[in-house]
Amino acid sequence: MRLLNRQRNIIDFTLSSLLRRKRKNTALVLVYTLVVFGLASVIFSTQALKHEACSILQKSPEVVIQRVVAGRQELIPASYIDKVKDIRGVQSAQGRFWGYYYDSTVGANYTLMVSNEPSGAEGSMVIGKGVARTLHAEKGDIVPFRAYDGSIVTLQVGYILSVQSELVSSDLVLLTENDFRQITGVPKGAFTDIAVMARNPKELTIIAEKIRRLFPDTRPIIKDDILRTYETIFDWRGGILLVILAGAMLAFVILAWDKASGLSSEERKEIGILKGIGWETSDVILMKFWEGVVISLSSFLLGCVFAYVHIFFASSALFEPVLKGWSVLYPQFRLKPYIDPLQIATLFSLTVIPYTVATIIPSWRAATMDPDSVMRL
Amino acid sequence: MFTRKSDFFFLFIAVNLCALLLFFLHDVVVHGNVQTSLREKSEMVERLGLTDLCLFTDARYTRHPAMADLNTPFQDHPTALEHFPSGTLEGPPLHLRSK
Repeated sequence: MRLLNRQRNIIDFTLSSLLRRKRKNTALVLVYTLVVFGLASVIFSTQALKHEACSILQKSPEVVIQRVVAGRQELIPASYIDKVKDIRGVQSAQGRFWGYYYDSTVGANYTLMVSNEPSGAEGSMVIGKGVARTLHAEKGDIVPFRAYDGSIVTLQVGYILSVQSELVSSDLVLLTENDFRQITGVPKGAFTDIAVMARNPKELTIIAEKIRRLFPDTRPIIKDDILRTYETIFDWRGGILLVILAGAMLAFVILAWDKASGLSSEERKEIGILKGIGWETSDVILMKFWEGVVISLSSFLLGCVFAYVHIFFASSALFEPVLKGWSVLYPQFRLKPYIDPLQIATLFSLTVIPYTVATIIPSWRAATMDPDSVMRL
Repeated sequence: MFTRKSDFFFLFIAVNLCALLLFFLHDVVVHGNVQTSLREKSEMVERLGLTDLCLFTDARYTRHPAMADLNTPFQDHPTALEHFPSGTLEGPPLHLRSK
């Protein structure tokens, strides 16, 4: 109890001392919170995206076969399908039709895809929520598409895919095979790629190798590659995340260096007076330790709380302009909350601990000096 | 009740810790809705044979990174620089890193 009281007395004194330099410390907490907020937001969003991608894409085709000509994906002949089906271990092989459509009237890119979605009738289509938002289209509306030969193909909106599925379907335009061929000009007897399902998922690598040997002009992409792509695509080492991280870490290094390189004359004077009135060196260090804890822990907790609200309740609103890039059609989705305690622990050890340590070192130096000389400095 | 400055500090820390704890529990509380939404998305992926998330629609290799050409980084010319902003947010796909 006595020990607890001693700590509380020192915290009371520390808080009073911090409040005496209210402006400086408030600014410090604000900047610190902002840095933690930025880092935590990046960590939360990337982790949630990776987690969501890996759970949703488990149902992707097990192998996708693309035909590559001069380094680019080309249409794949329908004759490949039968030969792929003959490979031992292949359960089914199905040609897929999909492609892109640039809508010059709104400047948006759509993904056209052939599917047997409920309406399935020629002249009708099913669209993603993002497409509907961009075109201001509703069920029953007629939408014109400029075909490859310059003619206009009109399709009626059968229905709009749900908001919940926007993360995978926002830019989709699902249509019939004939409508797809009319718009894109894909000839009969050719597909965009082939989706293969295997009897035993453990044999995927062997099947992919057999396909590669049978058709040297193809590139089989197995499901593990797709999942690993999403595991690594928002890697911390990647692109702008690295810049954000490096910038934030650099700011911390400068802050810690500034703290470690010396105390202000006011702080030195305070330490001198405390020593003069009988405080032990350990008391002074304890006071400075609590000072570091008060600032860094408060900033860390505030930063994490704001970051969580920002990512999972406000749909990363502040990141939206960066995430949108040049996309006219941008999906609006809410990520499934996912927090990895290890990431929080890493963030804690990268932010709170270095700052607290950096606060103690110069205080220890000042506290071990003669009080008289410290006050005269 | 709260007379000392340290009381307010501990209260502040406790409130924040409770908020963080609630966020951990938030996942459990919204679990039902989230599971429905995840199931819906998974079913759509299976039904349509989708391979990618619809995150960035500005370039084909950011819309379908898993299906991107092997020459994606140099698609315009051999020393081309990435010019789509979303290309700086995504790292290169794994199959391009390992080559």
